[in-house]
Amino acid sequence: MSQPVILTMKQISKAFPGVQALNQVDFCLRQGEIHALMGENGAGKSTLIKVLTGVYQMDQGAVWLEDRPVQIRSPQEALSLGISTVYQEVNLCPNLTVAENLYLGREPVKHGRIDWKESIRRAGALLNKLSIAVSPSAMLDECSLALQQMIAIARAVDMNCKILILDEPTSSLDDEEVAQLFALMRQLKQAGVGMIFVTHFLEQVYEISDRITVLRNGERVGEYDTSALPRLQLVAKMMGKDFNDLAVIQAAPKGQVDSTSPPVIEARGLGHSGTIKPFDLTIHKGEVVGLTGLLGSGRSETVRTIYGADRPDQGSLKVNGRPVKISQPLDAMKLGMAYLPEDRKKEGIIPELSVRENIILALQAKRGLFHLMSRKEMEEAADRYIELLQIKTPSRETPVKSLSGGNQQKVIIGRWLLTNPDYLILDEPTRGIDIGTKTEIQKLVLELAGQGKAITFISSEIEEMLRTCSRMAVLRDGAMVGELAGDQLTQAQIMQTIAGGKTVQEDK
Amino acid sequence: MKQKRFSWQRLVHARLFMPLVCLAVVLLANVIRTPDFFKISLNNGVLYGYLIDIINRSSELVILAVGMTLATAASGGQDISVGAVMAVSAAICCQILSGGEVSVTSLAAPIILAALAGVVAAALCGAFNGFLVAKLHIQPMVATLILYTAGRGIAQLVTRGQITYVRVDAYKVLGGYIGNCPIPTPVFVALIVVIIMAIILKKTALGLYLESVGNNGKASRLVGLNSALICFMAYVLCSILAGIAGLVASSRIYSADANNIGLNLEMDAILAVALGGNNLGGGSFNLTGSIIGAYTIQALTTTLYAMKVSADQLPVYKAIVIVIIVMLQSPIFRSLIAGMKHKRTVTVNEK
Ligand SMILES: Nc1ncnc2c1ncn2[C@@H]1O[C@H](COP(=O)(O)OP(=O)(O)OP(=O)(O)O)[C@@H](O)[C@H]1O
Ligand SMILES: [Mg+2]
Repeated sequence: MSQPVILTMKQISKAFPGVQALNQVDFCLRQGEIHALMGENGAGKSTLIKVLTGVYQMDQGAVWLEDRPVQIRSPQEALSLGISTVYQEVNLCPNLTVAENLYLGREPVKHGRIDWKESIRRAGALLNKLSIAVSPSAMLDECSLALQQMIAIARAVDMNCKILILDEPTSSLDDEEVAQLFALMRQLKQAGVGMIFVTHFLEQVYEISDRITVLRNGERVGEYDTSALPRLQLVAKMMGKDFNDLAVIQAAPKGQVDSTSPPVIEARGLGHSGTIKPFDLTIHKGEVVGLTGLLGSGRSETVRTIYGADRPDQGSLKVNGRPVKISQPLDAMKLGMAYLPEDRKKEGIIPELSVRENIILALQAKRGLFHLMSRKEMEEAADRYIELLQIKTPSRETPVKSLSGGNQQKVIIGRWLLTNPDYLILDEPTRGIDIGTKTEIQKLVLELAGQGKAITFISSEIEEMLRTCSRMAVLRDGAMVGELAGDQLTQAQIMQTIAGGKTVQEDK
Repeated sequence: MKQKRFSWQRLVHARLFMPLVCLAVVLLANVIRTPDFFKISLNNGVLYGYLIDIINRSSELVILAVGMTLATAASGGQDISVGAVMAVSAAICCQILSGGEVSVTSLAAPIILAALAGVVAAALCGAFNGFLVAKLHIQPMVATLILYTAGRGIAQLVTRGQITYVRVDAYKVLGGYIGNCPIPTPVFVALIVVIIMAIILKKTALGLYLESVGNNGKASRLVGLNSALICFMAYVLCSILAGIAGLVASSRIYSADANNIGLNLEMDAILAVALGGNNLGGGSFNLTGSIIGAYTIQALTTTLYAMKVSADQLPVYKAIVIVIIVMLQSPIFRSLIAGMKHKRTVTVNEK
């Protein structure tokens, strides 16, 4: 690897009130290289990237492009220097069309006016080239999260960049889309684009990256050639201690399924027209049931219907053997349900509120307007879950929006655990969560099941589901098409059912 | 050394810092111009003075600002109908008291009953606004524009196009004085509203709910908050408070003047909320800030009147001062005077 260096960052420091997010970090990127930036939640990855793209101003340090020192004061400036970014949270305008989003701020102009036809045409060509299946004139908010992510990437790629930054671009993509993205990245690599790639998926790092820089607690641990750094060592470097995720999981007790008492959840023909066809689902105490299927197959829609986030318009639901009618989430919560939604930014966090308020919010809502929790109770609850989930935050009064992505997710997990639910719905709970914590969460799920809670677990990572679930329901095109349990729970069998190759005997 | 800098920064970024500075600046300007500005005297058993006048005249604005703060927090928009709602409430109240006559010297109905009817009418206006905003998801400004324009018409209809006078001493109490008390009643009304609101916010989860709903309605719904209902209630509350303010204003002139009661007051209320350091886009709010903002605006108005600015020109001067104050409040300016970032040499006096 003796490609010329195109970017050097030296001794970068950046502090926020209460945290030293970066402490004298060095980083360098070569031409045509894919450089993975690794670290736990809150290690400073996104901050380093935002310093580079001019979103934040560094307190100390210097940046060179090739051998030219540069000052990057704004994202526009970064763009004009050839640095494009796809941020962790999709950053597009939901009320504009795909084409408008692609060319926002640099619309093709003819006779002093925006040439819409041209922009649609160019957008079409671009999407085509990257094989992204979406019409340029579709509204962005009609696109799935994955599609939005791809569009954000397309926008970045189209800007003729020399450096492309991808901050957890794959966390909401399925395998096929990841493969597509990687193909695209390799194509760009050939063209000499240097890429900084942030992810918590180790497999992806080993599949695509050339070198790895590891951050821990805002400091650089080191820079390594990917081929020279075995997986376990990488994890050890990130966490600062040795770690074996499988051992942790196996140590956790598997839940004892209690099928003598009536099932916690018993859905019969429950459905919501337009999103999910009528389905049957039974979950007992101590059971972890996974929902699997491709993106858009109706996994989230299924649980939303049970929880009353989308009001079911057919079928019946029994909770602990008693027929119930749920017309809004509060009803479900009062029946002991909890729902961690998939889209953390839109449906999870209340950005301006503090970590404390975010944690106690669900419990407070359950108790009602007139039973305000005492300040002390709130603080104890917040502290308990900050400690239990190891949420990295300067204080419990910090607005949750200034936490790192993974730590925001932990706050929401804490919020639901605090309500002490009997039935816990986890929709992609480990998205954007670092490897150590991911294992902790899987362990937690098993522990909760061991305590007799019923759990529905949704994840795009099949391995993760295999570790935690005792049964899995498979969805395809908005319908539940089968259930797998026991010996059938193998990766091959699941993939096959998802793809719909073979009919699976239903065991109810 | 770092410690000291830090505390100055903390002070500057404290939420009430700027609202208080603005109020201080306006008051200071007055003291320089009129040295006896702070002088309070007792004439005929009643307190007199610039300061008393400002505090008295601010009462309606304070009440409106409280409601406006809540509506803003929950919906991320403003209720521009409050001035008109004041007129509606006043009209209903006076019409019931006069029993339909244009001018009366004796009451046709108990004051309590009439006042209650006025407030209920205001609440209905609020329910209408709330329905449009919370249920139909119409932009708050647009939704409340309907009553902003129609409200005064409704008030006119109620009073049959006339100014209804209630020349009864008992009706003048609310806008005047209780017995021999030297302090004007509106001051107490504002105080009571603020205290009740403070208690509600302290003892219930309303504040948290409003902030949560205003900040992220979708997420709030999923944690079991009825986002639409909470937003609706905020608008009802805002209008009820406007109704109370309308009664005070009407009692001051012991009449229901549909064209003039609460005229342009909605703009002052919105400004008070903005001056108080509240985010007009909703989410977290700061009631104390809004109240300070209300007093600041009234102080400004009184000052400008004292400087012989005519009522017609008043808005221009007000606008100029407001622009300056709002600029002072901007985060960029705050960072500047907090001496953050590279400008280590910026000192306190440089401002
Ligand atoms: N705007 C901000 N205000 C205050 N603190 C911040 C802000 N942005 C980040 N931080 C803090 O800086 C630290 C580093 O955050 P950063 O987002 O860079 O982490 P990350 O490595 O990207 O983590 P993740 O994997 O969870 O995305 C965290 O402790 C975070 O709380
Ligand atoms: Mg990040």
